[in-house]
Amino acid sequence: MLLRHTPEKINERHALTINPAKTCQPIGAMYAALGMHGCLPHSHGSQGCCAYHRSTLTRHYKEPISAGTSSFTEGASVFGGQANLLQAINNIFTVYEPQVVAVHTTCLSETIGDDLPQIIDKAGKEGKIPKGRYVVYANTPSYVGSHVTGFSNMVKGMARVAESTGHKNGKVNIIPGWVEPADMEEIKRLAGLVGVDIILFPDTSGILNGPMSGEYKMFPEGGVTIDQLKSAGDSLGTLALGEWCSADAARFLDTNNKVPCRVLDIPIGLKATDRFVDALRIIAGVSVPEEVTHERGQLVDMVSDMHQYFFHKKVALAGDPDQLIALTEFLVSIDMWPTHLVSGTPGRAFEKRIRELTADLPYKVNVKADQNADMFLLHQWIKNDPVDLLIGNTYLKYIARDEDIPLVRWGFPIVDRVGHQYFPTVGYKGGLRLLEKILSAILDRKDRDDPEQSFELVM
Amino acid sequence: MPSMTKKLSNPSPADIKEEILGKYPPKVARKRAKQILINEALENETPEITANVRTIPGIITMRGCTYAGCKGVIMGPTRDIVNITHGPIGCGFYSWLTRRNQTDASAPDSENYMTYCFSTDMQDKDIIFGGEKKLALAIQEAYDLFHPKGIAIFATCPVGLIGDDIHAVAAKMKEKLGDCNVFAFSCEGYKGVSQSAGHHIANNQVFKHLVGLNDEKKPGEYKISLLGEYNIGGDGFEIDRILKKCGISNIATFSGNSSYDQFASAHTADLNAVMCHRSINYVADMLETKYGVPWIKVNFIGAGAAAKSLRKIAKYFGDQKLIDRVEEVIAEEMPAVQMVADEVRPRTEGKTAMLFVGGSRAHHYQELFKELGMKTISAGYEFAHRDDYEGREVLPNLKVDADSRNIEEIEVDPDETRYNPRKSEAELQALSEAGLRFKGYDGMIPEMDSGTMVIDDLNQYEAEKLVEMLKPDIFCAGIKEKFSIQKLGIPMKQLHSYDSGGPYAGFRGAINFYREIDRLVNSKVWGYLKAPWQENPELSATYVWE
Repeated sequence: MLLRHTPEKINERHALTINPAKTCQPIGAMYAALGMHGCLPHSHGSQGCCAYHRSTLTRHYKEPISAGTSSFTEGASVFGGQANLLQAINNIFTVYEPQVVAVHTTCLSETIGDDLPQIIDKAGKEGKIPKGRYVVYANTPSYVGSHVTGFSNMVKGMARVAESTGHKNGKVNIIPGWVEPADMEEIKRLAGLVGVDIILFPDTSGILNGPMSGEYKMFPEGGVTIDQLKSAGDSLGTLALGEWCSADAARFLDTNNKVPCRVLDIPIGLKATDRFVDALRIIAGVSVPEEVTHERGQLVDMVSDMHQYFFHKKVALAGDPDQLIALTEFLVSIDMWPTHLVSGTPGRAFEKRIRELTADLPYKVNVKADQNADMFLLHQWIKNDPVDLLIGNTYLKYIARDEDIPLVRWGFPIVDRVGHQYFPTVGYKGGLRLLEKILSAILDRKDRDDPEQSFELVM
Repeated sequence: MPSMTKKLSNPSPADIKEEILGKYPPKVARKRAKQILINEALENETPEITANVRTIPGIITMRGCTYAGCKGVIMGPTRDIVNITHGPIGCGFYSWLTRRNQTDASAPDSENYMTYCFSTDMQDKDIIFGGEKKLALAIQEAYDLFHPKGIAIFATCPVGLIGDDIHAVAAKMKEKLGDCNVFAFSCEGYKGVSQSAGHHIANNQVFKHLVGLNDEKKPGEYKISLLGEYNIGGDGFEIDRILKKCGISNIATFSGNSSYDQFASAHTADLNAVMCHRSINYVADMLETKYGVPWIKVNFIGAGAAAKSLRKIAKYFGDQKLIDRVEEVIAEEMPAVQMVADEVRPRTEGKTAMLFVGGSRAHHYQELFKELGMKTISAGYEFAHRDDYEGREVLPNLKVDADSRNIEEIEVDPDETRYNPRKSEAELQALSEAGLRFKGYDGMIPEMDSGTMVIDDLNQYEAEKLVEMLKPDIFCAGIKEKFSIQKLGIPMKQLHSYDSGGPYAGFRGAINFYREIDRLVNSKVWGYLKAPWQENPELSATYVWE
């Protein structure tokens, strides 16, 4: 057994996190920053942070992830990292020539209190930022929130680029939340189908799902441009997908640039996608095109065709709040039973929302979202109340193997399978893929376990 | 985007160096010039390179941090110690199962905590008010849950800044728990200039808190410890298989597939065989000073190198039975190796490789490439020191800079009761005269051809330039470098984690590596980079419907 020391008996822990269902802020900031065109993320801290984030993102995407680091030494940690950051900005613009450098802090630079706006201002005054190039920033202390918080903070950093000219641009900002490049592409496709002109930020499509062509482009074609971000201040409104990942930036634009916002769930599954499409329709003042309704019908069709196989199947989930909320709604909507949920990203509101979504189920779900809401606890819950399916990142495979439960990999990071870069799980098409994955996992298990006399050809 | 290189046909190393440096701001160029060395034959002298110096901010380095070197590399592979990261969640998370150091915990009562990630997950209130109480409670909670033999604490950056005394907490908890060895590592990420400082810190604490705790005599003949072998992809398993076959007893591996007791018993071995000189030479020196165990450098990467290393070990013990057995084993193992080498070699002969990895691997793996008839045209380490490039002869002349001075050097004296020189001065002298070198390592540079380029702490820009100008057939580095190189259509082999492969050590490892390199450099995929219509963009005919 790989997790042989995990006991069934649950003792409450107050200090020790075991097998976390989260990681730290800066990696979220780095991921978000990669969704800007021509952007080099920069980690203001020890070089290990940057190495770890790049490695994790690389393993997840199987794509090059470039990022700079301030490479703090003991001296910099005592005297402040200003000199390191100034030197880094100069070196990056000289050697790598990005359009934008997106600086985020770390626990180190936050603890010593480095003032990013002041240092960046100084870099500008000293001519270290070439004309027409930008430095955006986010404070991302690792000891607050999680990777989700860091993502949100960098998205807000991007929103700070927005300018208001007083003339509306007729566009809608969409903040997609922490979803895959393929999901961002799908959101753009759906908006296009409905006929809404959007500014999507961040947008990692085209950047983290690039082709192999014999050329290495450090800054590929994709990503939201600085001009688009500037223009976001003139948009008609902002749709923020996900309270945890996207709402802060949308509210910032609301307050600062008078761009009204609406916070929706990430369009995962039938109902959340319905609400998203409905919002697009209302914004554009158009009828939803038949093509979109057709896709919706296909999802409903698959649900009805295969309902008997997933009906009342119990699911344990680990992941991030915005994603788990939407997924839980989807599972409940197709008569599956989400049973245990953990998210390391703290938030009472998450627990409350999950309780609401599962209120009509004939049992009380186990849900926890704080620093001890980890995969160790999830495993203990499963030992006490077994489930039919696990959904979450690659780390769940240890529980899956020990407890012999099928696993659908979904979330971050997925470091042992591919597909998430290329195939969306948002929208109706994404719902089809998600359901296909769930069904394959359940049916593969059934095929493995059914006795010979009742082994089924047709399913 | 870095600008296009001016086209140089067959650029000389000097041209390449000039081209690379040309892009840098003057200060950076001056510094990098000393870390980019064109290997030229000097009279009985190895050219000097600058290494183990600060990384240039913003340069996109390959390097990691001290915590990674300490917790990830040295302590990570030990299965029965509960490793608690004291800090915000990230550091513990990123070092959770990501290094492919395998362990064999198949014994029924075997403890294995390597699949777990333990962290104090410090929050802002812990940063403000201090994290010592939380750390003590976390240790207690870990103890109550698992009752391990040992709990190790690893400091992350903010811990040093806020001044948590992790060593005091560890000592207090060790006393309180009674039957659990609790010890701590001050391996904050900002210390030193790379993960190398973390190796040193880990070595010191392992030596202080673990080595020498178990004097019990282990069974077996020809007892050695294997130092600096981390069992990535099962390397250690293969080396253990070979040692066992030769009748050599491996008391402790630092630290692949290791357990608490192996460290505790390491001083009972009669020889230390050092694989990765960079990460572990400190422990080798301390074991010699305190317990009288001599050390020799070995290398099990490459079939020839493995055979040579076995012969060295046999020579040390000097027993004809062992000497004969080692020859028998080599004779038994080599035909299979040779057969695959002969089969693969026509497809690899004359191809070129670049290796930028680690503190030993960029050197060791040149052996395997040589066995494939491949030439290493450029290589360098990520975090090594000058002695790993130029040989230990430079050690007395190394300048200790501010970054190294902050890493503790522990003073070790001969143990009052247990110091036992395994060989007398005369015996050592005789062995030396017979060609067995103790404490000897010549480094990477002398073994590389003239005109090759040796580059320390290579960065992304330089990697891209090198590949563009020298077009190697394979490039070896780590995960962060993998895909930018492969986008160029050049196969890239990870030599930290081996991608999904291994073992590559020993005889069977050599076979695996030959096959892997054959697969990589000859894969069909590199022929698909351009679509047919890109290769022939001109419409030269119209389709005739028939």
